[in-house]
Amino acid sequence: MATRPIKFYQVGSHAAGNRLLDPELRSVAADPNRSNAITKGHRACQGCGEALGARYALDAAMRATGGQLIAANATGCLEVFSTPYPESSWQMPWLHSLFGNAPAVATGIAAALKAKGRSDVRVVGQGGDGGTVDIGLACLSGMFERNDDVLYICYDNEAYMNTGVQRSGSTPPAARTMTTQAVGEEPGNVFGQGKSMPRIAMAHEIPYVATATVADLRDLEAKVERAMEMRGARYLHVLVTCPLGWSCEASATIEVARLAKETGLFPVFEAIDGEVSSVSKIRRRRPVEEYLELQGRYKHLFKPTRREDVLAHIQAIADRNIERYGLL
Amino acid sequence: MLEQLEGSRAVARTVALCRPEVIPAYPISPQTHIVEALSAMVKSGELAPCEFVNVESEFGAMSVAIGASATGARSYTATSSQGLLYMAEALYNASGLGLPIVMTVANRAIGAPINIWNDHSDSMSQRDSGWIQLYVESNQEAVDTHILAFRLAEELSLPVMVCMDGFILTHAYERIDLPSAEQVDGFLPAYEPRQVLDPAEPVTIGALVGPEAFTEVKYLAHVKQMQALDLIPELSRELSGVLGREQDGLLRRYRCEDAETIVVALGSVLGTIEDAVDELRERGVSIGAVGLKAFRPFPLEDVRAALGHAARVIVIEKALALGIGGIVSQNVRIAIAGSAAHVYTVIAGLGGRPITAASVCRLYEDAAAERLQPLTFLDLNSELVERELERTRARRRSGPHAENMLRDVGVVAAGPV
Repeated sequence: MATRPIKFYQVGSHAAGNRLLDPELRSVAADPNRSNAITKGHRACQGCGEALGARYALDAAMRATGGQLIAANATGCLEVFSTPYPESSWQMPWLHSLFGNAPAVATGIAAALKAKGRSDVRVVGQGGDGGTVDIGLACLSGMFERNDDVLYICYDNEAYMNTGVQRSGSTPPAARTMTTQAVGEEPGNVFGQGKSMPRIAMAHEIPYVATATVADLRDLEAKVERAMEMRGARYLHVLVTCPLGWSCEASATIEVARLAKETGLFPVFEAIDGEVSSVSKIRRRRPVEEYLELQGRYKHLFKPTRREDVLAHIQAIADRNIERYGLL
Repeated sequence: MLEQLEGSRAVARTVALCRPEVIPAYPISPQTHIVEALSAMVKSGELAPCEFVNVESEFGAMSVAIGASATGARSYTATSSQGLLYMAEALYNASGLGLPIVMTVANRAIGAPINIWNDHSDSMSQRDSGWIQLYVESNQEAVDTHILAFRLAEELSLPVMVCMDGFILTHAYERIDLPSAEQVDGFLPAYEPRQVLDPAEPVTIGALVGPEAFTEVKYLAHVKQMQALDLIPELSRELSGVLGREQDGLLRRYRCEDAETIVVALGSVLGTIEDAVDELRERGVSIGAVGLKAFRPFPLEDVRAALGHAARVIVIEKALALGIGGIVSQNVRIAIAGSAAHVYTVIAGLGGRPITAASVCRLYEDAAAERLQPLTFLDLNSELVERELERTRARRRSGPHAENMLRDVGVVAAGPV
């Protein structure tokens, strides 16, 4: 079989252009007949990582299921910016119920389809980090524990962005939000114990858990496709840059997400039946401060004085991830 | 067929005859026997196709029902008390989305203090949630009303609560005439949703609506609920024919056509009240009773027609609106506004306290002698309350009321007072 080596043409990035890939390896987004599950007309901010992640994830799921897909959406940015009355950006059957119940609503949809013998129609539940790791956690855990036939996708932008950037259980240490302000002796969010939703999902030993970022959309699509090949409860945790909440340039969405992975702060991996089965290795390891200094939510770590202690603490978290998941 | 059945089991078997396709369930007394029986019927294959989902909370139960109903499946669940409150957010969502879910509420008090016995505090707290609320007097009426509820819900695309008194009905064994599958199938056609999540015809359900249309959406929900005022009597007549048993419709009148005094109530206490009415009638008293079956929508016109001529209306209600008093009586007052009738609010039966025919007769006597207060707590132990009030006046750290009063009445081992 004739092969053609892939050329990287974007200076300073590792992204490979779709045009250079074999057709079967090309992104769903490159398909002119892609489903456009979430299409134009929505009101997401410039550079919104969640809009990007949702589009790629759902288009991939639509392709994997031949368009036989229903989505249950939690309250949050994605719900609000996609359905301002009387318009909707959704080109698929889509239901929004409440903030904390999207996993249970998805279970209900799956149960109805099962009762009706419609095993061809699949179900996706989705929400932001607040709707997933905080207020929706009980419903999500129930859905996992019963192994209901639902793929749940969390678009994690690390705070309650829809209500104006307040701290969630997913907000990282030292990050400034409107409820963890950059004032006092220890500015920004506390160094708590953290709340790794992927690891909580893995503890349920569900068939599939994976993480992804919007810096590697092909990887995100591949993980959605893999998830849709399986039945039972599946969980996908996608880090999505929020230029508004993170105070970064809208043009830096991809770069910031990539640095989250390349520093080790956000491990990208897959787990089958509760065991890590593969990791995306760090290609060029970067110190955490390269990730942090791009974001205004960490500005207080650099000005007026450089907080070496806090930077070292965050670096230690990245180092622990690198060791735990074998990211190098 | 006539059988001796527990109320919960009778309801479960009736619900099964209505062929629900998804039943999410979470245990809470005194509702639990209903879903236990349904889980066995699903597991054995007797009720099929049906998915029985053991959820992690009542909030989850209603949310699963929402997802299932929006996907076109007939959905049912049951709850009580704290469970109903825990699903409150989802209750408003189900009605706002117009999903015809049917739910049994086995009425039970709300804590604190925690109490598992019957009153109507739970469903009354959700009276404005957009759900139709039907209260039943007996287990036979509970059976018949569940069949009506599915048909009513699906015709209007609105959720319906069937409220039955916890323990008093749910755990009572009595003679029940269960309908046949043919009878139910003849009355209740397959569910044809008005809106459904279907990849062949994708729709967005639950979109964000701002001030430009929110009032209109809510107005439509009100209009739809008010349509039940016509539909409930109409369907009740049809069901009466199918089952060969008279169905009450919006309310039930008992010897009240010429009555000077009318007692108004909801639920199982009506039997006791009717006994008291008979006893008083024998003594030559002009008295009758009205039982409200539909509380939401509230049948203003029917209540006016039933009570308009009375000189005295005594509303016995098993819930308390703290800070004002009655809930049912507020609604009754609206219905008979302009009439000369004296309306008395009687708070009774809270947390399972029995309401006896003797107490009801005494209420009448007090009212006739103009001794009855506009807001009365039936059989209140005033001495007990006064002792506790005295303690709170005497000491800053007087301790928790419930424990103090339990100690006074000697229900728990007395500690140092």
